[in-house]
Amino acid sequence: MEKTYANVNIQCNDEGYLTDLEQWNKEVGTDIAKEEGIEMTDRHWEVIEYLQDQFRNEVPLSIRKVGKSGVVSIKEFYQLFPKGPLKISSRIAGIPKPVSCI
Amino acid sequence: MENTIESPVEKKQDNKKPIKKMMLILSKATIDNVYACFILANGARMEGIESEIFFTFFGLEAITKKKLEHLHVATVGNPGIHIPTMLGGLPGMEALATKMMKSEMEKLDIPPVDEFLEILSASGTKLWACKLAMDMFHLEKDKLIDDLDGVLTVGDFYTRAEGDGTHLLFI
Repeated sequence: MEKTYANVNIQCNDEGYLTDLEQWNKEVGTDIAKEEGIEMTDRHWEVIEYLQDQFRNEVPLSIRKVGKSGVVSIKEFYQLFPKGPLKISSRIAGIPKPVSCI
Repeated sequence: MENTIESPVEKKQDNKKPIKKMMLILSKATIDNVYACFILANGARMEGIESEIFFTFFGLEAITKKKLEHLHVATVGNPGIHIPTMLGGLPGMEALATKMMKSEMEKLDIPPVDEFLEILSASGTKLWACKLAMDMFHLEKDKLIDDLDGVLTVGDFYTRAEGDGTHLLFI
């Protein structure tokens, strides 16, 4: 499935997650965030960068790990992405939907 | 599947009503029940669904400071554990089974009970103690975790469940 973000055609899966992180840039992230009803701030971007680093290092993500990362507390993580922190932040970050239940 | 009755709900895709709130009632203190409850509550929050837990009867042990780290899996009367009942009752059996289960859970990045409660509280899950069960067990509020949101009666809990898209689950 192809979607247009920041005036570029981007490859996505059925749930709207990017299939290739190489196609991602901040403008694309900002557009996806708008779809999710989120206005990005510096704090949001710090979390996004952390998630992308973890993905590149092939570390599976969970709320628990994000909370222990020192980047953001669990409480703030929920405040930044209220409608589903891990799910929505991963989508904005251009990485696959996490499979964790925790 | 000739015996399957077609669900009228599935046909009306556009009438789907999202789950907005999960109200969980935890009445047991065995580790498997406590974790089932916590994972459901946490999983709801991760999907942007509100969640609340009402700890009643033995479920109170999961929020009692001195007890929450010593919860066990039941080795007697639990067919799922595959230990003959006569053996399950031997000294140390429960502790052994519990230790094995906890180590498997740690491998899956499932937090211990105390940390899980902190995660739930930080995620916005409301944690309530049942007033009647507290009276029954002569439990004072200071014996319960600091993250507790309060002590409720059943009526209070139902009032909190009001609204479209709320689901109640007894564990």
